[in-house]
Amino acid sequence: MSPYRVPRFGHGSRVPGWDEEVDLAKPPATVPDPAVVEVPEQLRAAIEAAMAKYPDFHSASIPALHLAQDEHGWLSPEAIAQVASVMRLTPAYLTSVASFYDMFSLEPKPRDDVYVCTNITCSLRGGDEFYEAMHAAARGESVNVREFECLGACDIAPMASVNGEFVGPLTLEDADQIVADLKARRSVLEHKQLRYRRTADPGANSSPEATA
Amino acid sequence: MKILFNDIDEPGLNTLPVYERRGGYQALRTALTMEPVDVVDEISKSGLRGRGGAGFPAGRKASFLPKGDMDKYLVCNADESEPGTFKDRELMQKSPHMLIEGIVIACWGAGITRAFIYIRGEYELQAQILDAAIAEAYKAGYLGEQILGSDFTLSLVLHRGAGAYICGEETGLLDSLEGKRGNPRLKPPFPAIEGLYHGPTLINNVETLATMPHIIRMGGEEYSKLGVANSAGTKLVSISGDVQRPGNYEVALGTPSRELIYDLAGGPFLGREIKLWFPGGSSSPVLTKDDLDLPYDFDSMAKAGTMLGSGAIIVVDDTHHPLEIALKLAKFYSHESCGKCVPCREGTSWTYKMLQRIETGEATPMDLDIMASVQDQIIGNCLCVLGDAMAMPVGSIVAKFRPELEEAIEAARMRHQAGPVENVVGVI
Repeated sequence: MSPYRVPRFGHGSRVPGWDEEVDLAKPPATVPDPAVVEVPEQLRAAIEAAMAKYPDFHSASIPALHLAQDEHGWLSPEAIAQVASVMRLTPAYLTSVASFYDMFSLEPKPRDDVYVCTNITCSLRGGDEFYEAMHAAARGESVNVREFECLGACDIAPMASVNGEFVGPLTLEDADQIVADLKARRSVLEHKQLRYRRTADPGANSSPEATA
Repeated sequence: MKILFNDIDEPGLNTLPVYERRGGYQALRTALTMEPVDVVDEISKSGLRGRGGAGFPAGRKASFLPKGDMDKYLVCNADESEPGTFKDRELMQKSPHMLIEGIVIACWGAGITRAFIYIRGEYELQAQILDAAIAEAYKAGYLGEQILGSDFTLSLVLHRGAGAYICGEETGLLDSLEGKRGNPRLKPPFPAIEGLYHGPTLINNVETLATMPHIIRMGGEEYSKLGVANSAGTKLVSISGDVQRPGNYEVALGTPSRELIYDLAGGPFLGREIKLWFPGGSSSPVLTKDDLDLPYDFDSMAKAGTMLGSGAIIVVDDTHHPLEIALKLAKFYSHESCGKCVPCREGTSWTYKMLQRIETGEATPMDLDIMASVQDQIIGNCLCVLGDAMAMPVGSIVAKFRPELEEAIEAARMRHQAGPVENVVGVI
């Protein structure tokens, strides 16, 4: 064991990694050598295209992390190293960015994401109960179920985002259906998808004289 | 009268041919024949106030940008994450070209050549639709070089966020767009002087920008006749919570709140009554059922001690305890605090812990006073208003529902055998 290992106090900070021991003798990670890091061709091209869109290439770090997470399923050290190698940034910089945002995962996770909104409107309509049911339904399955901040679909509360597809209003029985649909790799709860929902306003889209 | 929601459910409105058939991009043609200053002037005359939350006059904001040849930027704030708000989602999903047209008009007026839409990462469907619409607009010559034969050039990039409430705050959004953690910046300098990449930056909400084509089409004067004094125009109102028909409704500003909640959204479920409601997203101080006759506009809400905010009404009925609502709020804001300023970081998490103490029977009524003082010390003491966004509603719940919170404290103490409050030393 290195003499430089510093134990941290477990004071309940929510900063990820705070309580982990660090090895101060280890040299800091620098920008990875592009000759050493292998990057899938498609990923490299996509990241370079994203970098070209902005006046300052740093702006592409969030899009690039999205791309890497799609490729690897989570932001593994390899995924971070690949982005770092293409963007010529340090892994530390990218990790600091990734750890700020809820959609990035620095821990291994299943590919399928179910974000259940338990914020104010959804919880009024039973979002907390649905979250419990969803957890129970996904037990033992390879599905990443997590509570999420308001997803901006309070009109279909309680709702969830299943791999980005917004579905609602949900009943407790829908939890099993979501897991079944995910396992069968078919469109999830198609009749409850937000994309097909009409605007609630009865006056919208109906008055011909207003179109002038 | 429907302006933004006119034709909103028309099949295929998200595609260019249908949008053009419904009169789309005509306002842009008109705007390009006008002098830029006249475009800004029209927007000022319309009396349009920002639809994102602060309600700042849109024309004035655009006029703050310095004149000159430097790189100027427009950022459309589509990071709609204020709990209860979902109007921009509907606009972007169903009428993306209206937003693009508004962006081009605003950029022409303010002399901007680079525009960005910062959309929250969770809106994947909306991002796909916008991406397709932007590609169509480029192809048709509404974006890119020499737009519609003029010498005006504009590039538009859609930027997806990755899940952070704070990125809806304009300076946090700028940092995030620059590829950093979304920490808010110290103001001044305001973004209009020094924003994205240190350049002058105009930041507007989706709904604000989507209204611009209609202002050009109708004329600022005509638009200002909609609504009421100091709150011109129509507003998309997202109504959610304990109502029968939750959804987005477009109304003229100044419509009585009761009409919105009861006539449009169907009111609470049978046999239930409204306990409290948020008039402008979960950051606005709460109102009660006695306030239902207030006109829904910027000034009336401000006079009632709350705000119109993003135009999201959340209705809570009498089956829910105010404590439950306060807990949800505090939990959310303490999770979303970026941690840069102490009053917000500590204030939100301690408020959450104090509210939890009520549930576990450890609290005394004195905690409510401490909680109220904590809220007072957050407000105005941070770089951005995230802390205020918790302090205002929680403070108002403590002030307006104090007897019920005291009852809850007492009941929880009895339940957990902590004994009645009188047994605690220091409480009279």
